[in-house]
Amino acid sequence: MSTIASGEFWAFVGVVAGIYTIFGLGVQVQFGYTGLLNFGHVAFMAIGAYTMAILTVKTGIGMWAAAVIAVGVSILAGLLLGLPTLRLRADYFAITTIAFSEIVRYIALNEDRLTGGSQGTINLAGAGTAAQYDESWQHFQGRVQDWLGLGSKDVTMLVLVWSAALVLLVLLHVAVRSPWGRVLRSIREDEDAAASLGKNVFAYKLQSLAVGAALGAVAGLFYAWQFSFFSPDDFAPLITFFAYTIVILGGTARTWAVPVGAVVFGVIFAGTRFFDFPPFSLFDSADRAYLRLAVIGAILIGLMAFRPQGLFGKREEMVLE
Amino acid sequence: MFLQLLANGLVAGSVIAIAAVGVSLVYEILRIVNFAHGDYLTFGAFVGVAANVRYGERMLVATIAAIVATAALALVLEFVLWRPMRKRGAGFMSLFITSIGLALLLRHLLFLVAGAEPRSYAIDPFKVYVVGSVRLGGSQGVAIAVGAVAIVLVGLLLARTALGRKMRALADDRSLASISGVNVDRVVVYTWLLAGALAGLAGVLQGLVQASFTPNTGFQLLLPVFAAVVLGGIGSAYGALVGGLLLGVAMELSTWEALAGGVDPVYKPVVAFVLLIAVLLVRPQGLLGRARLL
Repeated sequence: MSTIASGEFWAFVGVVAGIYTIFGLGVQVQFGYTGLLNFGHVAFMAIGAYTMAILTVKTGIGMWAAAVIAVGVSILAGLLLGLPTLRLRADYFAITTIAFSEIVRYIALNEDRLTGGSQGTINLAGAGTAAQYDESWQHFQGRVQDWLGLGSKDVTMLVLVWSAALVLLVLLHVAVRSPWGRVLRSIREDEDAAASLGKNVFAYKLQSLAVGAALGAVAGLFYAWQFSFFSPDDFAPLITFFAYTIVILGGTARTWAVPVGAVVFGVIFAGTRFFDFPPFSLFDSADRAYLRLAVIGAILIGLMAFRPQGLFGKREEMVLE
Repeated sequence: MFLQLLANGLVAGSVIAIAAVGVSLVYEILRIVNFAHGDYLTFGAFVGVAANVRYGERMLVATIAAIVATAALALVLEFVLWRPMRKRGAGFMSLFITSIGLALLLRHLLFLVAGAEPRSYAIDPFKVYVVGSVRLGGSQGVAIAVGAVAIVLVGLLLARTALGRKMRALADDRSLASISGVNVDRVVVYTWLLAGALAGLAGVLQGLVQASFTPNTGFQLLLPVFAAVVLGGIGSAYGALVGGLLLGVAMELSTWEALAGGVDPVYKPVVAFVLLIAVLLVRPQGLLGRARLL
């Protein structure tokens, strides 16, 4: 029981939930508000994390500049993805976007000289040198920790991630209540009606995709900083589906439902990892990992069947037609 | 070299085509993009390995067992999951996401039951068929032959039988087919049986061709399968067959050195995806799909 009781552990669960909140917000914009079934969202996380790490290790520019560029590159990738694919029907779009995220992952996996390949970012500077991209972050985190007088790095990270998540939540809250947000929702409800009112549907969809891409990249940055190491395996299509689970669990088209969904998901996903009492103790740790993913699958099915609007969504605002 | 790659491509393409036609039929008739189809394949592969390795049955018996069991799985899921979901009025995206949940559930139950270690069938790995300059492993030869037969049979079933006509009618216009006396529920049952049986077959073939497989195998094949469905045109079963073969051949031929050096074999799946995106740019409805509003 020792692990369960420790504040450190729950701080870690909280950090994971915070990162998934930012990541899920991207899905909320694209899917919840605009009705775009982007199943390749994890690609933006990968692009954000990798761009930052590669630029930091391989060029002289600082990590912070690299992070800003990383978000920019991700937005650009979103636009490039959207230009050919947004004209497709929803089903074609969904499959094409998964293909996009797999292309990104395959490139990360196989272009060793650019990305470090399957060994991950530790290999970024070539064999023999353990590459690190997060010195500036560690330094910054240490300063924040001293300044706030916090007890540990995990708690500091928790504060930082959730501060960023909160800022983004507020921004998004404002954005979706603006005329811009109303147009997005009108596109979700009826594309033709929006077009007939003179709205450039394609441009709005592209903007929605780009905003989601930026949020995905920011989630990727925090992911990279939290774990100080990542590899292409961290960006499997599964991660996108985690984000959809979070958004649907909380409620589609509800900004503030995302953090709630992410916390519930974090507890299920990371929290149960160290539950060492029955019935969890009946399984060894590998089996528990499988069981956890099976349970997440069952939750998705259950939500779709019995409460498609999630915890806080409105049934009338469902985009699942 | 070209002929060898072409043969390899036909092997890979047959497996993809057999799986893709099932995905396409289910989509046409039920409007479900079944993300769990890859895990139906894996289920078949594991039933096959249980029959073949644990109970020592011949490969033929094991394949039949896999086909029957996977068809049964597809049917059970229709009754416990898809039909109730339709009754609740679940829409396209809702069903899509349900199938993602089902895929996660099935795959990780398989991991729990069968474990993560790679499995293989008890076959002679050194048997080789030589046709001219082409060398095919025993399992590849079988895959190509079985694949060809299955593809022709499915084509005939759709084109020539009453069931095939009803399926196409239903895919075309559900309400029109229904008032013309097509028993929708019954055709749906046959659709799942057919899609499940083909998934079981494709799973065993993939297990044979790959030499070893894990509970992830089906999911890894799912994206090329989807690519084949989309390439051929969603909702066109013939298109899925063509798309599958085309993708398999394109993936293998892309590594041909005479072709501007060829791409690194690790990028074969990427070739499939790039081809898919390229085709959609020119023909947004896929190769054999009909242009349709919305």
